[in-house]
Amino acid sequence: MAILSKDEAQTILKKVLSFSTADECEANLSGSTGGNVRSARNSISTAGANDNTSLAVESRFGRRAGTATCNEFDDATLRRCVQRAEEIARLAPESPEYMPLLGPQQYLDGSRSYVAATAGITPDYRANQIGASMALCDQRKLSSAAFLDDSHGFIAKRNSKGLEAYQQVSNITFSITVRTPDGTGSGYASGDYVDASKFDAARFTKIAADKAASSVKARAIEPGKYTVILEPNALLSNVDTSLLGALMGSLDARNADEGRSFLSKKGGGNRKGEKLFDERVTIYSDPLNPEIADVTFSGDGRPQQRTTWIEKGVVKNLYSSRFWAQKAGIPDLPRPNGWIMEGGTQTTADLIKGTAKGILVTRLWYIRPVDPQTLLFTGLTRDGTFYIENGQIKFPVKNFRFNESPVIMLNNLEAIGKPVRLNGNLVPPLKIRDFTFTSLSDAV
Amino acid sequence: MKRRDFVGLTGLATGALFLPSFPSLGSAVDPLRLLEPGLDVAQKKRLADVGLNAAKSAGASYADVRIGRYLNQSIFTREKQVQGISSTESFGFGIRVIANGTWGFASTNNVTDAGIAKAAQLAVQIAKANSKVQKEKVQLAPQKGYGEVSWKAPIQQNAFEVPIKDKVDLLLGVNAKALDLGVSFVNSILSQVNEQKYFASTDGSYIDQDIHRIYPSFGVTAIDRASGKFRSRQALSAPVGMGYEYLTPKAADKVAGPTGSDIIGYKNSYDMLEDVAAAAKQVKQKLTAKSVVPGKYDLVLDPHHLGLTIHESVGHPLELDRVLGYEANYAGTSFATLEWKAKGIPYGSKVVNIVADKVTPGTLGAVGYDDEGVKTKRWDLIKEGRLVDYEKIRDQAHVVGQKESDGCCYSQSWQDVQFQRMPNVSLQPGKTPLSVDELVRGVDKGIYIAGNGSFSIDQQRYNFQFGGQVFYAIEKGKITEMLEDVAYQANTQEFWNACAATCDERDFRFFGAFNDGKGQPSQSSAVSHGSSTTRFNGVNVINTARKIG
Repeated sequence: MAILSKDEAQTILKKVLSFSTADECEANLSGSTGGNVRSARNSISTAGANDNTSLAVESRFGRRAGTATCNEFDDATLRRCVQRAEEIARLAPESPEYMPLLGPQQYLDGSRSYVAATAGITPDYRANQIGASMALCDQRKLSSAAFLDDSHGFIAKRNSKGLEAYQQVSNITFSITVRTPDGTGSGYASGDYVDASKFDAARFTKIAADKAASSVKARAIEPGKYTVILEPNALLSNVDTSLLGALMGSLDARNADEGRSFLSKKGGGNRKGEKLFDERVTIYSDPLNPEIADVTFSGDGRPQQRTTWIEKGVVKNLYSSRFWAQKAGIPDLPRPNGWIMEGGTQTTADLIKGTAKGILVTRLWYIRPVDPQTLLFTGLTRDGTFYIENGQIKFPVKNFRFNESPVIMLNNLEAIGKPVRLNGNLVPPLKIRDFTFTSLSDAV
Repeated sequence: MKRRDFVGLTGLATGALFLPSFPSLGSAVDPLRLLEPGLDVAQKKRLADVGLNAAKSAGASYADVRIGRYLNQSIFTREKQVQGISSTESFGFGIRVIANGTWGFASTNNVTDAGIAKAAQLAVQIAKANSKVQKEKVQLAPQKGYGEVSWKAPIQQNAFEVPIKDKVDLLLGVNAKALDLGVSFVNSILSQVNEQKYFASTDGSYIDQDIHRIYPSFGVTAIDRASGKFRSRQALSAPVGMGYEYLTPKAADKVAGPTGSDIIGYKNSYDMLEDVAAAAKQVKQKLTAKSVVPGKYDLVLDPHHLGLTIHESVGHPLELDRVLGYEANYAGTSFATLEWKAKGIPYGSKVVNIVADKVTPGTLGAVGYDDEGVKTKRWDLIKEGRLVDYEKIRDQAHVVGQKESDGCCYSQSWQDVQFQRMPNVSLQPGKTPLSVDELVRGVDKGIYIAGNGSFSIDQQRYNFQFGGQVFYAIEKGKITEMLEDVAYQANTQEFWNACAATCDERDFRFFGAFNDGKGQPSQSSAVSHGSSTTRFNGVNVINTARKIG
């Protein structure tokens, strides 16, 4: 089914609500279409395209709720879908965490989360982009593996209390790993955009190729505590757990209040308002930021607005479900989609220049929680790890395993660089002292 | 069965706004819909032929279609309440083609003649576009058509036919037991999967399969409010390729851990109430357990723990697509290259015999045919410590000079293209009679680890670090006390070469990975790993305790 306009989507949703006999009814209609291509060994491996549209109807009688979905939109199908949701709702148990549906909401206007250029991508465009990337690696006698993925779609919502929402989204993501033919060097780069016209696979290919070529003949140095420069890909990932992502994913009020979070306070309560990080750490969300424009409403219809989560090292806000916000009497804040960590003007190259001794980390990998009490994580460096001395990269080093907590890491902050877009977030490179490497890895 | 009895508590379905987020597995449906039959085989064959013919007409030299109906149900609870019941159905059609020696794939939920033909043409268009920059043409191992065949998982009770009320009662009973025994929090979950898959190819196969999986699990948390310390213990259940019969405990399926350990392992049935009672006791002990002194220890690893170590350090490095570089941009490559194998370097000690299979009844990997129409089998990966073979599919067999696929091609849904996935990979039990107590008796300074915890391994599968659920000190052949803050770090080859002994088949049981991720876009698959309790000598143990301000 084609991507629906606001009027087309809301016409269907109005019809759905007109069929409702429930106390409350909410309907969500969404659709997306897109494609991808994957390469390895400088050749295409797989490619695909997908198209899916669906409607979900939630009906409520008192504290009982039921949901049904369909993917056809004629009157008879819509009516059956509503009836089925109501039938399930009538038989449901009462929810102790019931919250009435939200009424009309004011959503921020002007989020540029959709760009037509991305929606216009064709199989030939994907083949040409990845073909150019592979050609560059061929020229340099390097081997690449890459993934290009694009999609565009819409999200629409309407309920019987008068809430109405609609937004279109588009996205293109690219990642590439370049390796030397003998397998002794490896480099990585990735990028993502709302607007495909800003995308150029060759730019990322060059970065990954340079890293691969310069990371051969890595030397082993002793594991221990080192000053590190963590590039954005070492802080956030859309394919793995990440240190910054895990920290921001832990700002849930309920877990903190229940005593099972690093934000839980001894004796009860949470640590909101306490200074837990270096005073240069400020993290907020803003769906209107032009670099990371995003949807201005959450899945349950709450507005996504500019919100400060950590300010000058102090935990300023925690997100929660609507139920918990009401129960705990705290601001009703949904978890945002993207984060912005404030930084300075220095590039990664500038941070290297200002480092007497340290290690440059391109990327961290296979990051898993070790102890939720301290937010301790383990993982490894990957795809370009270098020793820095007197402001210069001296030589590549073998990869390390680390055991480190982002809470400790953001207290050991030496410098913050200029934020760049990564996976829908703005993330600066960070210079951290006493980062804990616990063993060496032979992996390249 | 009366409708009301069946539906019972189903109102809290996917999408209910006051619920935690659920995995997006398909569209939310009335649970009764999960019992309705899908398309009959004749309809599926007709639709499949529409796709195959459209692909050939558009210029494909090979095509396969998968018409899939994927049913999922998950019940989530915490303490005394149901958090949510998610019943989903995902139905659609995926077509994979080769045109100009290049793969193309397209999928749609518009399962009509027109929708299928359009998807077939798009798949060929994609293949042709990509063939312009393609260098390695696809070479498929020959595969004879099987004609019209079918396979059904040998389950005794379809979990979708069990009234939801009964399942909720089970989970809330588990929670009540934990709360009675003094835990601070308890979550429990029951996940059920039914894959109804129809495969057809231009080789002449028309394969209809019915696959079931079930995974009961829980987590209990104990909190010492005064100190702010909290600890958790997860269930020692395994996801299995079985029906609801897995949840009827049988005494013969229970296996005791070493004397003094308070651990019970489970084979082909699971006693959830018994396990949660043990967990409630152990999680409180964990709050005051001694923090481990780092150093070298002999490790005794129970099968529920060792299964994950096998998965990460043997299962993944022997996937031939990783070995060849096809996963370099995501999960990584492998130390176990073709050149490394040719050198004959020992992967492990003589005790280490590891077998791959897609046929053991009740396991997550068991199917009759894989997702490219290859009959499944069992084969050796490591014999007496030597690597002898890899895990491969049709377009890889030629690389290692073989003429057939191993039958381990899989896609998580009709929407995603199928590719090489891990089969069941299992450490064979010792041939000499050896009980767990006898194994522990020989350890002077060691740690017994039960259950899987934190896990991390590098992109070529050398360096790994694993935690666990429960740790016990072993001193002079006896379990002495519980430990905490334990994780071990090792190198895959050093670790498996330090494998000193494995218990006999009386102790053998399967662990499972329910959501193993691989590929771009990432796909999930389920796989089992069998082993007996096994000893590894001289492994580096670290202390994971830290302080934050």
